[in-house]
This record gives sequence, structure tokens and C-alpha cells, in this order.
Amino acid sequence: MSKLLTWVDDRFPLTKMWREHVSEYYAPKNFNFWYYFGSLAMLVLVLQIVTGIFLTMHYQPSAERAFSSVEFIMRDVNYGWLIRYMHTTGASMFFIIVYLHMFRALLYGSYKKPRELIWVFGVLIFLCLMAEAFFGYLLPWGQMSYWAAQVIIALFGTVPFVGPELAQWIRGDFVVSEATLTRFFALHVIAMPLVLIALVVAHILALHEVGSNNPDGVEIKKNKDANGIPKDGIPFHPYYTVKDLVGVAVFFIIFFFIVFFMPTFGGFFIERPNFEPADPLTTPANIHPVWYFTPFYAILRAVPSLAGSSFPGVAVMGASVLVLFLLPWLDRSPVRSIRYRSIWFKLLLAVFVVSFIILGYLGAVPAGTTETIVARICTILYFGFFVGLYFVSKFETTKPVPERVTTK
Amino acid sequence: MASEEVDRNRRRFLTGATTVVGGAGLVALAVPFVSSMGTSARAQAAGAPIEVDISLIQEGQRLTFEWRGQPVWVVRRSQRMIDSLEQIEGRLADPESQQSTQPEYARNRYRSREPEFLVMIGICTHLGCSPSYRPQEGAAGLGADWLGGFFCACHGSSYDLAGRVYADQPAPLNMEIPPHMFAEDGQTLVIGEDEETQTG
Repeated sequence: MSKLLTWVDDRFPLTKMWREHVSEYYAPKNFNFWYYFGSLAMLVLVLQIVTGIFLTMHYQPSAERAFSSVEFIMRDVNYGWLIRYMHTTGASMFFIIVYLHMFRALLYGSYKKPRELIWVFGVLIFLCLMAEAFFGYLLPWGQMSYWAAQVIIALFGTVPFVGPELAQWIRGDFVVSEATLTRFFALHVIAMPLVLIALVVAHILALHEVGSNNPDGVEIKKNKDANGIPKDGIPFHPYYTVKDLVGVAVFFIIFFFIVFFMPTFGGFFIERPNFEPADPLTTPANIHPVWYFTPFYAILRAVPSLAGSSFPGVAVMGASVLVLFLLPWLDRSPVRSIRYRSIWFKLLLAVFVVSFIILGYLGAVPAGTTETIVARICTILYFGFFVGLYFVSKFETTKPVPERVTTK
Repeated sequence: MASEEVDRNRRRFLTGATTVVGGAGLVALAVPFVSSMGTSARAQAAGAPIEVDISLIQEGQRLTFEWRGQPVWVVRRSQRMIDSLEQIEGRLADPESQQSTQPEYARNRYRSREPEFLVMIGICTHLGCSPSYRPQEGAAGLGADWLGGFFCACHGSSYDLAGRVYADQPAPLNMEIPPHMFAEDGQTLVIGEDEETQTG
């Protein structure tokens, strides 16, 4: 066996890579609960790819047969219901995990120098994931699939000058039709997954180049022992592989509880109108995107149209995602972790999280007068976080940061 | 040979020229791929005009037809409905249809060739939902001063019975009027074609 390994190692850096990224990758020893979500996101990515491959074996991407082929998967394919519900639940869980993973970065300043690129790759992954989820949501060809796609593609139609042509090019037709379905299928099963995997590789390579941050925001590479190993570091394997396995077990309990007992999650993971086939001539009442898009959707609706164009709303919604890219440069504080930052930072972050959650709720309900006013306030608070952070981070009084990581 | 000086300028020029030619090739190659995602010849052909027998439509009734995959509504307006179009003008964003899309013959209060018949693409100009038809005065949930019209539940845009949008709505413009004409027999409505666009 070891002979075979030597043979391989002479031709391919197998042992070298294993050491660099797993057995001799030194991660800070004080990781807490928030550090489960990176490995869980990887797990869900694998789940989505595997269940997706098996769904593709039975799904038919045509306007005539898409809806019925999904019903076929649900009723006639052996365990088809399980595979599909794992895929639909996996999509929502992916976003829950990614949102928590991003929140962890906000808590501990994991986006700060020298980890800006990890963050940038991460936001790209988030964008890619949104596209992937959007393309996938059209495939069941239900009423919500159809009209959500119609509305989102119409967003591109509001771009000045080239809008209508652009929207028609995306659809490949005058309205959402089979041409749209087949291209979304191609993008969902081939193009976006490839990009996603490439970005995940870049995200992890960048992480392993600079090393992981930790809840204290202390650079563990500053304190190394005689062998050049960080004193506060422990090898990823076996310490964190075992820790993450516990996370995986807990995750699977929650995940399969949803898959078995509440796969539609009360209309949030799979929306009720999507049990009706797409009908291009009737729009269902209160169409809204799936829950993970609703905060951004609420921002879109909150912005009034200007000079006969609804483009401002689209632009502001786009900005609400793109502003995340700037985060490493907007936060000017040398202190990373929330543990040693001022009350002002904590307040800002709390307001940001609360307004994001309220926007998420508002995006899922019909927009009345009160809702619109609240959505406008929350939109201002959402952007206010980034503006406020730029100034607070410059002037706040921080607590002294310890030399070594702490374990409470 | 090894002692010869490397001509760096020549090398830079060749690298640059190769990059430019290769880049141009890539752009040229992208054209068919991007174009393949455009509207196919079959989808273009499906945009052919449709014919509708208007004698089947009752007063106040709305029928929905499919043209280019979009819902096209034909409404036969009653005298009460026609009168409401004048009363409502103060509450509209673009009562004269200056900004909106319609053939020249429909740029009027009724947004139609004949006040009685409204022919309109039933798609909200905001983000492409299909509004619902609420012809009754004071229809439930739309306020006592509602004179009849169309309501888009997606983002709450209201339109009058000529598809003209109310002021301060998410939707910026009046709904689109497709080219249409009445055939000589007076019974047949052609949607998707008029005297100007008619070919052959």
C-alpha cells in the first residue's frame, strides 16, 4: 500500500496536498459554534450535486412535460420523492447556512486584511448561488416558477436603452417559454455548478494561504513554536474533522426532519402556487420569490419608480448585494472581533441584522402602505450599516486585543 | 546564437499582436453563441397575427387571447365604462399616453380605434405580471372611488378601463396596445397586424 502511495506521490502531489490542506493545516484552537457553517456549506453543495444528478435522470426540460415529469419523480420513481425533497430542502438549507456563515464573518471581522479575497470569493459564491437557485426554481414549471421568472427577467427589461432587448435575449422569446426553460436547465445543471465549484476551490485555497481567522480575531501565525507551527493552532485533521462531524450529525437530524415531516415548510421552501402547472395567461395572487430572496425583493419594492422607469428599484436592489464586496474596505478598524469592538459597532450590526430580517418578512407579504413605509426605513437602515461602519470603524474606541487566543 | 541580444521590442510587439488577434477571434466566436440565445426563428414566426370574432363578446366582458405567448385582452366596454374614462383623468399618471407604447391610432382617451373595443396586452408595465379585471365600480378591496379597471396584485398597480395607470404606482406606464385592426366585415378583429405593419 505504501509502495503504491510512493508511486503516486512521485507522479502527483497527493500526500503533499493532504498535508497542506488537511492533516497539517493548522487552524486556531478556539473555534466555536459559528465555525460549523463552512464545512456544512460544503456538505450541502455535495448533497445538491448528487441529488441533482439523480433528478436529471428523470426530469424532462420541456414546457409540455416539465411539470408532469416532476410529478412522475414524486409518484412513480422509486424514492423519487426523497431525492426531490432532499434537493428542495437542500436549496433552502444552503441559504440558511450561507447567511449564518456570512454573519460569522461580520462578527469576527473575517473579511479584513489579509482575508479580503476570501470574502470577495465568498460574495461571488453567494451571487452564483442566487443565480443557481433562481434558474433551478423555474424547472418544476409551476405557477410560481413561471411568474417569479417572468418578474425577475423583467427586472433586466428596466435597464435604460437596452432593457427590452436584453430581457428578450435572456428569455429567448417574447415571454417566458420553453426557450427559457431549456436554457435555465442548461445553466442550472452545467454552467452554474461548474462556476460554483471553481469559486469554492478559490475560496478554500485563499483561506489556506492566509490561514483561518478565529473568534478573538488574533493572528495565530504571529506566535509560532520552534517547528514553525502556530502555538494556538491545531491540525484540521483529526481535530476539526471530528468536530465538524458532530455538526454534520446535528444538521442531518434537522435536515431529514424537514424532508420527512414538513418538506414544503409551510409554503416557504416550496410555495403553494407551484403545485399548479405554469399558465402564461393568469398570474397567481401575491407572487413573491422564495424566502431567501425576499429581503432583496422588499428593497426592490420599497424604491419608488422615477421618471416613468422602475430601474431605480432594480439598481438599488443590485447595489444591496454588490455593496457586500466593499465590506473589507469600508470597515477601517484594526480590530477584527466583535469581542473587542465598541458598543457602536455592536448596535450597528444588530440594526443591520434586524432590518434584514424585517425586509425578509416584508418581501413575502403583499405590499400595503404601512409595509412600504417600513420597507423604506429598513432599506435605509440596511445601507446605513455600511455607511455607519465606515465612520464608526474609524472613530470607535476598542478594547485591548489579547496576544494569544482565549478559550472560555 | 546564445550571445545574441534579445530584441525586447520585437518580442513585446509579437506578444501584443498575438493577444489582439486571439482576442478578436474570441469575440468573433462569441457572436454566434450569444446570438443563439436570441429569439429563434420559430418564436418569431409564432408572433404571427391572430383573428378574433368580436360578435362573441358581450358588453362589459373581457376575453383573453394568446398572441406571441402573451395574454391579449379584448374588452367590450359599456357606455358607463366609456364615460368613466373621462371622469378619472385627474388621477392618472399618463392620461394622454405620451410616454406609453401604443400605435398612433390608439393614442387617445380610449386607447383604441373604437371606444367600444379595448385591445390590450394584459401585462403590467412594472414587472410583467398579468393584472386582474375588476370592472365593477367600488370593487371590493379597491376603494369606494374605484371606477372599474385592472389591478395588478403583484405590486399593487391600478389601471383604468383603458389600461392607463394611476399616478404614484409601481408601474410607470400604461399597458401596451398591440397593433390591431378590424377586418372589412366588421366582425373580425385582427391582433398583431394593422394597415402599417401588414405585409403582402
